[in-house]
Amino acid sequence: MKKFLIPFGLFMVLIAFLAIGLKRDPKEIPSPLVGRVAPAFELATLDPAAPPFSPQRMRGQVWMLNVWATWCVACRQEHPLLVAFSRANQLPIVGLNYKEVQVQDRPQGVAVDAEGQLALARQKGGTWLQRYGNPYVATAFDLDGRVGINYGVYGVPETYLIDQAGVIRYKQIGVLTPEILQDRILPLVKQLTAAGG
Amino acid sequence: MHRRLTLPQGLFHPQLHRLLLGISLAAALLTSTLSTAGEAQPMAKDPQVEQRLNHISEELRCLVCQNESLASSRAELANDLREEVRKLIVDGMDDATIKTYLVDRYGDFVLYRPTVKPLTWVLWFGPFLALVLGIAGMMLYLRARRAAQVPAAPLTDTQRQKVNAILNAGDAP
Repeated sequence: MKKFLIPFGLFMVLIAFLAIGLKRDPKEIPSPLVGRVAPAFELATLDPAAPPFSPQRMRGQVWMLNVWATWCVACRQEHPLLVAFSRANQLPIVGLNYKEVQVQDRPQGVAVDAEGQLALARQKGGTWLQRYGNPYVATAFDLDGRVGINYGVYGVPETYLIDQAGVIRYKQIGVLTPEILQDRILPLVKQLTAAGG
Repeated sequence: MHRRLTLPQGLFHPQLHRLLLGISLAAALLTSTLSTAGEAQPMAKDPQVEQRLNHISEELRCLVCQNESLASSRAELANDLREEVRKLIVDGMDDATIKTYLVDRYGDFVLYRPTVKPLTWVLWFGPFLALVLGIAGMMLYLRARRAAQVPAAPLTDTQRQKVNAILNAGDAP
């Protein structure tokens, strides 16, 4: 009987490990950025009259950075939640539009300069936000994706929660759901605002 | 970040649907070839830089298609990251610094060869530990089995005679 129990026990341990492995999402990679200061950047925004957006401007408040693009199907999925959440006025949400102008958007054989790309991105992004609602206090355009690289973006949408000191406290990879907002982000916001006074 | 080709279901007549699918597939093929052809190569192709880029990106994982290296992936992010690594090489960074640069942004996951640190000890040394444990276990088992074997007592003279008698009898035709 004992002889049978040992391999059986080992087998059950193996099964337990495999079961845990099955439940985990391989797309979810722990970000090294959580706990670090959000990388600085300065990017032009949707409003041509407004000055460029920099995370520095958000110092002193807890805020959310949402990476999106009009070509991103999953962004449309989470967008109503963001719009509803922005109406609740709990914290400012800043949009980081990631590589809005894709290769196929450019006229073939015509070189589009940075200014032209920005104009095209403003037009595309603005139309999209008009149609689906604009939850953002500002929308910055990361046309070449360099800021995205600094933030470790590898799939849109991604959402960052940043505290008063500019430290990233949470990173959501993929679609934001009401559950994640309710169970993970809002408690963290409450905790951060309580700590920051 | 992968753009998916979706057509509304049930809106079209099946044949029209198939036609549309064909057209969109052809369009997708066309744009993909056009885009690779039309894409400008912004950096001068310095063979030494390219060689180092290849060497580094072989050891980096593409985050979009996780089982491909950065060198072999055709995902857009992989293109951007290769461009970034190329810039860093031109800037004069050494390989280790470039890897740290990417690990700082994307985590240890970008490395195909994980660094040896307490968290990855099980990963690196686990198999050897399992081998040593296996060998030790087998040796213990073999020793126990050998100890359990009672050596056969030598035959007495009468027993030997009996055996011989039986054997010889068996030989007789």
